[in-house]
Amino acid sequence: MSLGPSQVREIAHLARLTIDGNDIPAYAENLSRILDFVDQLGSAATEGTAPLAHPLEMPQRLRADAVDEEDQRELFQSIAPATQDGLYLVPKVIE
Amino acid sequence: MNWEAVIGLEVHIQLATKTKIFSGAATAYGAAPNTQACAIDLGMPGVLPVLNEQAVRMAVKLGLALGATIAPRSVFARKNYFYPDLPKGYQISQYELPVVADGELTIELDADVSKRIGIIRAHLEEDAGKSLHEGFEQVTAIDLNRAGTPLIEVVSAPDMRSAKEAVAYMKKLHSLVRYLEISDGNMQEGSFRCDANISVRPLGEQRLGTRTEVKNVNSFRFVERAINYEIQRQIELLEDGGKVVQETRLFDTSRNETRPMRTKEEANDYRYFPDPDLLPLEIEPALIEEVRKTLPELPDAKRERFMRDYGLDAYDSTVLTASRALADYFEAVAAQCADAKLAGNWVMGELAGALNKAGLDITETPVSSEMLGVLLQRIKDNTLSGKIAKEVFEAMWNGEGGADAVIERRGLKQLTDRSALEAIIEEVIAANPNQTQQYRAGKEKLLGFFVGQVMKATKGQANPQLVNELLQEKLGG
Repeated sequence: MSLGPSQVREIAHLARLTIDGNDIPAYAENLSRILDFVDQLGSAATEGTAPLAHPLEMPQRLRADAVDEEDQRELFQSIAPATQDGLYLVPKVIE
Repeated sequence: MNWEAVIGLEVHIQLATKTKIFSGAATAYGAAPNTQACAIDLGMPGVLPVLNEQAVRMAVKLGLALGATIAPRSVFARKNYFYPDLPKGYQISQYELPVVADGELTIELDADVSKRIGIIRAHLEEDAGKSLHEGFEQVTAIDLNRAGTPLIEVVSAPDMRSAKEAVAYMKKLHSLVRYLEISDGNMQEGSFRCDANISVRPLGEQRLGTRTEVKNVNSFRFVERAINYEIQRQIELLEDGGKVVQETRLFDTSRNETRPMRTKEEANDYRYFPDPDLLPLEIEPALIEEVRKTLPELPDAKRERFMRDYGLDAYDSTVLTASRALADYFEAVAAQCADAKLAGNWVMGELAGALNKAGLDITETPVSSEMLGVLLQRIKDNTLSGKIAKEVFEAMWNGEGGADAVIERRGLKQLTDRSALEAIIEEVIAANPNQTQQYRAGKEKLLGFFVGQVMKATKGQANPQLVNELLQEKLGG
């Protein structure tokens, strides 16, 4: 499977990564090789095999619905770039 | 050309658990910003989500009430997108294997018209935080208290054909989750939100038209308006030779119209994949049976019973079973006064009117079911006329105590003493010789005049049947 420059740009955008235009051919080649490598799985016989959602053969454990987390806002916000009145501040989001 | 609208709804319902779906942080509404967002909700490195058992039970409960299949095995997936109120950069949801599938909900449209709406699936997921735009310059403020709150998203089949049907479906689902006590259904607080998928096609056409999705409508009235606007917009567009563009739109409540969201559709490349932090959810038949035992009488069954046992008509039964609290209230009143029809009339009349005027819910009524029951007993035993009973109701509403106390204090007991009434009637007849003569000459319409005079003389406390009977007797003679 071969990725073109526009697909590389779109993947970068979805991942919110800034990439240098000069690097696009190299990314395209490397990503294509990764996809080719994974594509080998397509040759495995999977008929009659249920999809595996998780490599561990165990069901999810459940927790009781009881509050066991205390308010640690101050600690968490001590590493935030900007806060005001307990709120995190981020660059304006327009919708 | 005649057009047909096709509508499917996705309803997000906040589950009434004490804690988040994957963490032990509290979910109480209205807490100070970010005081209920723990390291897991914030997506701090190294944390692991652990699923809340209560959220699973609530999903099973809803699934059973919808007559759906409960998946013995379901899987959580990551839905990836970037938004500041989604700290992890993905929402944990369910994609290929949801916990509930293939159910149905019956809606009542008119007195005797009902319609079955298919439920494709319902899945568990976490809510995002809240972005605050107003009151901030150049920045957006983020409160992550809501991040990680459990939601169940119920996806209907495209079975609705009008805004009216969509609203009926939404109301029915709202009533159901409150019956089941799995959500408070508070729409102002965002506990019950709706996205509507809308398309139109020429009547008779089988293929679906291109749809648009109207996001986040959180009141029954707005859903109706948004859908009607969108249907009209699409029809006009097509009739003018245009094409409907598949897109997400927002409903502007101040202008009563929908408009496209500015974010581009590319953002909808969610790249779902199974969440490696969570193992598959397995639900044992024993758990399903345990939950089944906790199911209350559901709205449809209750409605049928009200029609059968109380002799109420379909409309009254639908109104009285709209919420479990209202139905319980009605049943308590009916039991106390032993007259279901009278109880129904008062609950839907005086009580509903007073609640509506005061903006109160049935659970906040100052007149308890017992108080109303006693009042109606006093109508039944002829202590009060229906008219005076309304005065007593108002006094009870204003906190003047129970019916008997109000009747005693205000001296409202109905006059049923035959001889006392006879004396008053004789006085009235003596004071109105002209009318008496006319009545006796055949102008029987004047009976109403005499009844009015007697009521005036007794300050409305005379028993109306007795007054009628005695008047006819005396005037006839």
